[in-house]
Amino acid sequence: MVNSQGRLALAAVNPAAQAAGLAPGQGLADARALCPALATAPADGAADARALAALADWCLRYTPWTAPDPSAGIGAGIWLDITGCAHLFASPQCPEGEAALLADLVERLGRSGFVARAAVADTPGAAWALARFGPARTAVVPPGTQRSALAPLPVAALRLPAAAVEDLERLGLRRVGDLYDLPRAAVEARFGAERSGQVLRRLDQALGLSPEPISRHNPRLGRPLPPWRARLALAEPISRSEDVAAGLARLLGQLCPRLEREGRGARRLELCLFRSDASLDRAAIGTSRPSRDPDHLAALFAERLAGLETGAEGDGGIELMVLEATATEPMTPAQTTLDRWVAGTEALAAAEAFGAAEAFGAAGLGPLVDRLAARLGAANVMRLAAHESHLPERAVRRRPVHVRDRGHAWTQDRERPIRLLARPEPVRVTAATGGAPDRFDWRRAIHHVARAEGPERLAPEWWRAEAAASEGAPFRDYYRVEDRAGGRFWLFRAGDDWFLHGLFG
Amino acid sequence: MLSGPDIDDRRTAEDRLSALRAQLAVIEGLPEMAAGGRRDQVLPFASVPGLTGLAEALPWAGLPRPALHEVIAAGPAPADAAATGFCAALLGALALHAAAPVLWIVRDTTLYGPGLAAFGLDPARLVLVRAPRNRDVLWAMEEGLRSPALAAVLGEADDVSLFASRRLQLAAEGTGVTGLLLRRAGSRVPPPSAAVTRWRVQPIAGEALQASDAIVRTCWQVELLRCRGGRPGTWIIDFRTEEDAHGRTTDSVPVPALLRDGSDPPRRAAG
Repeated sequence: MVNSQGRLALAAVNPAAQAAGLAPGQGLADARALCPALATAPADGAADARALAALADWCLRYTPWTAPDPSAGIGAGIWLDITGCAHLFASPQCPEGEAALLADLVERLGRSGFVARAAVADTPGAAWALARFGPARTAVVPPGTQRSALAPLPVAALRLPAAAVEDLERLGLRRVGDLYDLPRAAVEARFGAERSGQVLRRLDQALGLSPEPISRHNPRLGRPLPPWRARLALAEPISRSEDVAAGLARLLGQLCPRLEREGRGARRLELCLFRSDASLDRAAIGTSRPSRDPDHLAALFAERLAGLETGAEGDGGIELMVLEATATEPMTPAQTTLDRWVAGTEALAAAEAFGAAEAFGAAGLGPLVDRLAARLGAANVMRLAAHESHLPERAVRRRPVHVRDRGHAWTQDRERPIRLLARPEPVRVTAATGGAPDRFDWRRAIHHVARAEGPERLAPEWWRAEAAASEGAPFRDYYRVEDRAGGRFWLFRAGDDWFLHGLFG
Repeated sequence: MLSGPDIDDRRTAEDRLSALRAQLAVIEGLPEMAAGGRRDQVLPFASVPGLTGLAEALPWAGLPRPALHEVIAAGPAPADAAATGFCAALLGALALHAAAPVLWIVRDTTLYGPGLAAFGLDPARLVLVRAPRNRDVLWAMEEGLRSPALAAVLGEADDVSLFASRRLQLAAEGTGVTGLLLRRAGSRVPPPSAAVTRWRVQPIAGEALQASDAIVRTCWQVELLRCRGGRPGTWIIDFRTEEDAHGRTTDSVPVPALLRDGSDPPRRAAG
């Protein structure tokens, strides 16, 4: 039920309502009159769109190109470009495989509770028309015959707006075939340029007379199709995690040698698990550097797959696994296995990352870093790089372990704390002599200062001084102080305020 | 078993001592330490700047490397910074000794690179991992301990069961990667663990060198709480920087000034 132009109307009907003569678009009052027992619920367009998108994802099992087609009012659908895919379903009875693909699609959807119609044709327009208005639940239009296949269908099958359909019907043009022989000039004269252009464009597209460009990009993923793809169809649905791991090993066994032949390594891999209940699970991993070592990649997936819900046998089991390398980078042969990193150019990269002198063995860290990043997040695995700044909180940067950049030397000429608080914490200095504090409160404890050194004046870089000045004091006076219990603090004064910034070992 | 003429021979005495230590290690159940020739399995305290005086604390004159060690802070901040410094000194020496990087698994982001460098741990040799949950810390520690590419792994874990520490100890034995558990929460001594040694580090106010001395310097009371075959005791570790001893220089790597057993009269350390 949907609110349409100020009145409540039916958005969709179930088979029982259809049998009672109800149809989408009908006003609620009319529908109630026809069928007093009608049960209604508000339409949730967003939820419908989500469900359709999920179903389009699931259809990736047939082809890497699928897209949801909301087609509000007529019946939502899903586009599948099966160019080069149908032969996988070919059999002696069905050498083209297209009919078998459609039968499989409709049957699987039916088992999951979806009533579906499907059609294959040369043009998207013809397939759309046959799937919605064709006489049979599945239809295969042989190449070049869409003209005759479309002729008996109503003009609404041409993906036209409702107003255009009404215009055509008013003129007695009810069938697509009625349009074939109309002189184009006459159509234009009757409808005006805009409407007639619309009708003729759709007609030509459906017949294949004018091209309808469809992107070879996967619109769901928003990027070109990854050429690195391996699929494994399973005779029996699986659900045990060991079986999934074994399937993954076979997929990696297909994919990794291909990557090696092409001199590439994977930076990102995505595993799609297609379930028998028309749902789909995805697991993606990233690597810190290109890799095509099956064992290493399988170990990274293990962490992801551990959290995956494995359905019961048969129901919701996994029927198809597809592995895609969604990002790859060139990789030299020496890098093939991670154990050999030390010997190859990788060792040099690690040497640069860690500073040539300290590179010892750093190269072997790759697998460990990837495992840690897979579970804890890449941002949580880092190294510290010195940064040239006068302000202590800006003197250290956290960098990815393997990013190569020239680090600055660590300043060792002044004592610095071993722990620096995330933010300077305000303290209350209750007594001070000659600038240095005698007593201060921090975290609800009073500290009596036994020794103090300072001040060391730190000012922000001149190009940041203006910003700092607007925040308050332009410079800070730092003191190292020791309390009577032996605690060692790094305090600073900015203007009249005192802050604790760090703790010494 | 000691024969007279050999006792004066210093070298022979040392050999005998190490043989006895090896026997002791077998008795104590540390067979991997027992092979007298495997010096590379021990990080000699003599090579750790600042901690040379601890050599007599342990039967191996140093820290057994394929093992788990536990360092307990005497209290929360600011006291945990002392335990952090103690660990940084150990990790820095382990990285040099094993010529490999070290992994430090932290709970927060307060660890400060320049301060680590001051204790001899070059941040260039450090991989930092942030694990917000205790069980992630333990998991990451075990992953690190099973990776022979590392020299050592430190984890800031709050809660370590006997079972979990046993797993870590076994992982360390298997690869030779040293494990350190840094217990920052402080206040209470945690329940027993399978660590080979357990230390407690407390910052104390350094003694003034002169009446007017205002220099703030690192000074710890280090307690060996537990060690199989070790001698529990207390040591005062007082760092004096080169700056103090020789005037202004740019080298701030700390060197030990004075070490003493808590009960005995002060004696010079071999630092």
